[in-house]
Amino acid sequence: MASALINVPPKARRGEIIEIKTLISHVMETGFRRTQLGVVIPRNIIRRFVCTYNGTEVFRADLHPAISANPFIVFSTVATESGTLSFQWTGDNGFSVTESADITVE
Amino acid sequence: MERAASRREFLKIAGGAAAGLGLGAVVTVRPASATPAEMQEAIRSVIGTARVTPGKVKIELPPLIENGNAVPLTISVDSPMTEAEHVRAVHVFTEKNPQPYVVTFHLGPRAGRARVSTRMRLADSQNVVAICQLSDGSLWSDSAAIVVTLAACLEDGI
Repeated sequence: MASALINVPPKARRGEIIEIKTLISHVMETGFRRTQLGVVIPRNIIRRFVCTYNGTEVFRADLHPAISANPFIVFSTVATESGTLSFQWTGDNGFSVTESADITVE
Repeated sequence: MERAASRREFLKIAGGAAAGLGLGAVVTVRPASATPAEMQEAIRSVIGTARVTPGKVKIELPPLIENGNAVPLTISVDSPMTEAEHVRAVHVFTEKNPQPYVVTFHLGPRAGRARVSTRMRLADSQNVVAICQLSDGSLWSDSAAIVVTLAACLEDGI
């Protein structure tokens, strides 16, 4: 089963820009490769990544086959208030993983 | 002595043949790739017919990468990222990948800083193009050339 790694600073000052790193295990099969018998391996990718901060969307990415296996995404957000950052990856074959991280803003 | 020389000779010929074969394989087994024209088409399908001006965006990409399966890519945009003036989206395209459209990042004033990183696949040495869409609707672009030693998409599956 897929597993995700998230790096969010546990504490931040109000208004500080924090960097968030995410990594999720996924093959990101392009749909362009073939087996040795010449059969096309069907596409299996993560198509969308969304990050919400206390329910408000702060970052979103639309992924395509040219993103490497185990998608690694780094982005930033402003630490506005204490709460939860939630991360969701969705993709082909009903793939859906949700993770969350808490942050304390002083 | 005679024997050593012939062995050396043999290795030289064998090496040359192997190199020739390798080159031949690269030329013939190349996967179906897009062309710069197809990239333009892909760009137009995403951003429409609006005019794109070079500037403001910056692609950070190594000039040479050994493994095209995981190429670190960072894109930053010169923007204050305020409610009035921010980056709405950043699109990335490639010239020669089988599919030119790589990724779109949707940002907003909550991002604080217009800087995103990921890892991408590259099927060949080529140009990578980033286009950013600002909150006022204007479009800015940057492109970077990269040499790929081991291309992605070439290896066989299981």
